[in-house]
Amino acid sequence: MTRVVTIEPVTRIEGHARIHIQLDAAGTVDDARVEITSLRGFEQFVIGRPAEELPRIVSRICGICPWMHHLAAARAVDGCFAVEPPPAGRLLRELCLVLAHIPDKLLHFFFLAAPDFVLGPDCDLRVRNVVGLARQEPELAAQVAHMRRLGQDMLARLGGKAVHPVAGVVGGFSRPLGRDERRQLQADAARLLDFALFALDFARERVLEQCAAADQPGQVTTGFLGTVDEHGNLRLASGRLRLMRPDGRSVDFAAADYGQHLRERSEPWSLAKTVYAESWGEGLSLDPTAPRGVYRVNTLARLNVCDRISTPRAQTELEAFRVRFGRPAQATLLHHWARLIELVYAAERVGELLADDRMLDRDVRTPSVPRAGRGVGHVEAPRGTLIHDYETDERGCITRANMIVGTTHNVAAMNLSVRDAASRLIRDGACDEAIQNRIEMALRAYDP
Amino acid sequence: MKPTFACEWLHSCAGCEIALVDLGEVLLELLARVEIVHFPLLMDNKYSSRAGEGDGMVLPAADLGLVSGGVASEEQRAILLAMRRSCRTLIALGTCATHGGIPALANERSQEAVRAGVFADCGPLPTQVPDCLDRVYAVDELVQPDLCVPGCPPRPETIAAAITAVLDGELPVTPAKSVCETCPARREGRATTRTARRFFDNADGNPDEELGQMRCLLEQGLMCMGPVTAGGCGGSGPPLCVRVRVPCRGCYGPVRAGGNPLLDLMNALAGQGVDRRSVVDRRSLLRFCGAHGLLRSAAGPRSPERFHGGS
Repeated sequence: MTRVVTIEPVTRIEGHARIHIQLDAAGTVDDARVEITSLRGFEQFVIGRPAEELPRIVSRICGICPWMHHLAAARAVDGCFAVEPPPAGRLLRELCLVLAHIPDKLLHFFFLAAPDFVLGPDCDLRVRNVVGLARQEPELAAQVAHMRRLGQDMLARLGGKAVHPVAGVVGGFSRPLGRDERRQLQADAARLLDFALFALDFARERVLEQCAAADQPGQVTTGFLGTVDEHGNLRLASGRLRLMRPDGRSVDFAAADYGQHLRERSEPWSLAKTVYAESWGEGLSLDPTAPRGVYRVNTLARLNVCDRISTPRAQTELEAFRVRFGRPAQATLLHHWARLIELVYAAERVGELLADDRMLDRDVRTPSVPRAGRGVGHVEAPRGTLIHDYETDERGCITRANMIVGTTHNVAAMNLSVRDAASRLIRDGACDEAIQNRIEMALRAYDP
Repeated sequence: MKPTFACEWLHSCAGCEIALVDLGEVLLELLARVEIVHFPLLMDNKYSSRAGEGDGMVLPAADLGLVSGGVASEEQRAILLAMRRSCRTLIALGTCATHGGIPALANERSQEAVRAGVFADCGPLPTQVPDCLDRVYAVDELVQPDLCVPGCPPRPETIAAAITAVLDGELPVTPAKSVCETCPARREGRATTRTARRFFDNADGNPDEELGQMRCLLEQGLMCMGPVTAGGCGGSGPPLCVRVRVPCRGCYGPVRAGGNPLLDLMNALAGQGVDRRSVVDRRSLLRFCGAHGLLRSAAGPRSPERFHGGS
């Protein structure tokens, strides 16, 4: 008799999902699926809206990474209206975007993922969470909570609100930065960098070795997508997309050309679309022994596709990571390691940006005029490459919108990872709570 | 014994939960005061019976429950009903829960049309997924919450105050002021323009001067929804969006219980001498409160805007 094991909801992730595992008569895994169970339809209900309003509407796609949607939308509307923000407007946007990665990474690593490693994956589920972690490590928990809040406060000072910001506007930023404000932000950024370095050391001691095991559940071999600058450096704000095949060969292209490389497809079992690398010419297959067209985004992908990182401490970490795991590194749990290297990069980059005096220029916004056009805005969100693609009519209202969010790129790979984890862990149909959690860990690494 | 605490999210973005986490150390203190019995974002709580299978879902009993998000699927409805049954005091958290929020902009279309549009060019529509309701509902259209805490997201301190008050056996007082009444911008009672101004350039005024020197954004002709929107976003300080010189868009929902921000703002504009016909896409002024029948699909009954004679 066949049987379906359902894990619902997947917990300690930042969205709504469930896992179905199909077992055959012998109790071994036949298939496994991750189902995204919610659809809100932003691509549809933004049609007809004045385009300049979109950065404030689409931020509500995700309350965890509202800055990324906010700024990708602002960039897309820049394109529709053919305006280029002045240097200070561009820098303020990048500052907010990179800064917003910091509280997000702290939340995911310490509050959601770390309990699996610090307390142990098989630890009592009533304790295996941030409350249990806070009980065992009260000083650490207080410090993480404090530093996360500091990052959010800095964002609120810059953008009005930390969650669902409003200062990113078509043509630039809504107001310039004051000299005193900058001084305070610099002092705060220095504390964030110190904490980022501490977090990486802490993780190295307590967590990351557990992510390095060669035979870990959730293994999958895929390509990768991320963003680089013209020299191949890691970028989080706008740059060129780089699509890497599983063998490491890659191609760079402008975000506006994403349609020539990536294709979206519906699946009967999910309200999230599946995206695959159409330009590889092999279609999409979720066959676990020979997947085709599958690539990943998120932290591991970004570190795999970039040639180097422009900030010194993160670059040193990247070099050591590469020596040990190669390029591209494939082990799914290495997302956590890559996340902490990126945390260091983000903190270093915030300091660099704040030191740039052009940031203080009073001219932060280029006025725009509504027109018919197309604009593609793209950024790297914590969960991966984020693309907003809009078209407007002559009144500057939206006529078409397509958005590919980080987790959507990862749908195919998450399914493969969950299937691999389930196949390795489930024997004779036995799937107790501890095994279920280890399967979820393979999904949690993607921070979906 | 500590009071028990449960938390669920429905048709939402997790921003309310992030606002809760943004309490920082205060959150850790709050969590130490309660015993969490159900909070899938932070804890490994699973559904014992599957959502979507009738209304029979059971969640652990809790003294206090928070639920964020509106309701758009049978599955979300089942979770909400289960939360209401299991929670002694239930707080509807955030504007999606209290008024539908941004996702209720979809109420201008049928749910079928939304799904069909999203999956156009991607292959057949998904079939093995939760059934959707006919529209996006606010929480209070389906169950009676004990307290509504609007905001997109609500101010973290406001969430903490609400939780603390309930734990202490009180119900908190919600502020009755509008965003305008908490805004220091300079008002002269008359707009500087007769046509509504879209936000294509930054607000007038020297950004290096104090906010009180800036002319009211609505009087500058920008569609600032301050007069019709519930205040409180800025705590004891100025409204958050106005702090960075951006007009309010109404994310705390109407200041007047049962109010229609579109009609109320049109009246405010008329009072300022601004031609309401110059406002593009007026219905998007209902962008945070499209539940309660305020936004309806063109195929459905007449919308309040058309009913009241907007051209």
